[in-house]
Amino acid sequence: MTPDWSRYRRAPAFGNVAVGVGVVALAGVLALQVLVIPSSPLYARVGPTVFPWIAVTALGALGVVLAIQGFLGGWAHEEPPGPTDAAGGLWFLGGLVVQVATIEWIGFILASTLLVVCTARAFDSTRIVRDALVGFALATIAYIGFDKLLGYRIGSGLVESLISRIF
Amino acid sequence: MNTLSLLAQGFSVALQPINLLWALAGVTLGTAIGVLPGLGPALTIALLLPITFKVDPTAAFILFAGIYYGAMYGGSTTSILLNTPGESATIVTALEGNRMAKNGRAGAALCTAAIGSFVAGTIGTIGITVLAVPVVEFALTFGPAEYFSLMVLCFVTVSAVLGRSAVRGLTCLFFGIVLGMIGIDNQTGQARFTFGILELLDGINVLIVAVGLFAVGETLWLAFHRKRKDEVLAIKDSIWMSREDWARSWKPWLRGSLIGFPIGAMPAGGAEIPTFLSYWLERRLSSKPEEFGTTGAIEGVAGPEAANNASAAGVLIPLLALGLPTSATAAIMLSAFQSYNINPGPSLMLQRPELVWGLIASLYVGNIMLLVLNLPLIGLWVKILRIPPPLLYGGILVFATIGTYGISRSTTDLIILYVMGGIGFLMRRYDFPTAPVIIGMILGPMAEQNFRQALTISNGSLMTFIERPTSLILLLIAVIAVAAPHLWGLLQRRRTAPA
Repeated sequence: MTPDWSRYRRAPAFGNVAVGVGVVALAGVLALQVLVIPSSPLYARVGPTVFPWIAVTALGALGVVLAIQGFLGGWAHEEPPGPTDAAGGLWFLGGLVVQVATIEWIGFILASTLLVVCTARAFDSTRIVRDALVGFALATIAYIGFDKLLGYRIGSGLVESLISRIF
Repeated sequence: MNTLSLLAQGFSVALQPINLLWALAGVTLGTAIGVLPGLGPALTIALLLPITFKVDPTAAFILFAGIYYGAMYGGSTTSILLNTPGESATIVTALEGNRMAKNGRAGAALCTAAIGSFVAGTIGTIGITVLAVPVVEFALTFGPAEYFSLMVLCFVTVSAVLGRSAVRGLTCLFFGIVLGMIGIDNQTGQARFTFGILELLDGINVLIVAVGLFAVGETLWLAFHRKRKDEVLAIKDSIWMSREDWARSWKPWLRGSLIGFPIGAMPAGGAEIPTFLSYWLERRLSSKPEEFGTTGAIEGVAGPEAANNASAAGVLIPLLALGLPTSATAAIMLSAFQSYNINPGPSLMLQRPELVWGLIASLYVGNIMLLVLNLPLIGLWVKILRIPPPLLYGGILVFATIGTYGISRSTTDLIILYVMGGIGFLMRRYDFPTAPVIIGMILGPMAEQNFRQALTISNGSLMTFIERPTSLILLLIAVIAVAAPHLWGLLQRRRTAPA
């Protein structure tokens, strides 16, 4: 979708200002990280902090410019595909949290099945059984592909230990 | 070096039955994923990076090359039938192609897109074949200083010149460079940007960043907004072109290829500019300009599709001959090379010709396979478009997380993946380009390394970048690329302002 430039606003765009401030804050946090790098002038002509400083300084300066642009009216950006759907977003985020929280307990396959059910719910699905079955099947295929064929160690879990007895 | 004998050697690799199978797998997978709305070649290759663990490099690159070309073909199908461009380069195809489909000419639009992609892909691959040897010979004269300047030029063009905003592009570039520096500095052994987290000492895998930005970020963006039902248009006509369609298509194919390839091959990359240029040109040259924007003009599909594919081929020249990635996809392919401890560039061309030329030869083979896959089998791809979105996005997340979790079996990596998804969401929301992040992440550490080597050679004198003529010219081009549009604008304003 091409942006509609005529929608340029003149009043400060606070969302854009916040983005600029966020970039400056990120640069600040990163600068603290550069300070803890012990520089070793004996090792190399260009020490390990030269490029980090360049990048962090540039990020900080760009953040300031972004904030100023925001105050001057901001920049045009793509319109969202529809009105905000907070419930959908929360279901989606919930799915991610559930997966991270459970993956080491119940294993990749079941945790990912939960993730698929939540994601499908975020996309307005009401057919939980179908979503769970498809999610389980996909996660099992992915597990077998990665663990058994490619030799990655996806870890153990309730279903995983069953599969490992078969293969 | 003799191009034809090298190419013959390449074909002897690419035509081995097992490699033909890899190419077929690549183009099939590439088309399938290219068809899915919102998923491009960069994400597909990122998701498949883990196979480099088991598969030998030649096979992996034949697979990746197939995916790369395949996703280009697949993306046009989505643009024409769904009007949801999978990636920025197919926006233009959607402009006319979707209108043609609405007027019952979907078959002709798909046909000219597929044959145009074939023509452009083949011309582009011939371009790679012809230019590879001379570019490599030129690149052999490069030292670290020249490489550093070349990378600066690439940074400037991908972030500051090509995008909609230099400020946002550069912000993403430097963010990517920081991501690339996370972990142990390979020259001094110091930990950088690790925030005291043990897992970060090894650095962040580009797979996690790419999958987070592209897959998780995109899904998050869609989940947070009420969904619009996109209707998949039916193909009512036959998948073939009338005599008139052919007459109106072949010139745009050739023109699009000639526009797309050189722009793609420049150290700037990007398929957006050539596709828009081609669209603009075809609209001017068309014998039926009234069809543009109304019933859909076939030239407006044929030209931009060819430009898109030719520029995709062009991007492989700096990647293979110089080791310089100029698009997100190329950057991820480069990181795949790196995971085999292979560094693309002039020396690779000399030391492992079977690998590079096998890849180039497989591009010819893949193009032919794609033509067959995309014309008679189009119905299969349309079915993919009808996968219900809840299952589609759920499935994408399963494959996004297994790639991430499989690398390290650490939930830290999953959390990084989701943080990247959140950043991708914000970038989408506020129109920040994603490609500079990936390019900065891969190219940043390489630029730093060359910078250090150059200064070691010059005994610490920064003048080395200006005193060496090739390096100076590259830096001057970078300065001009940034300054010229502004100077031009200033001149225009002077001229229009009343004296």
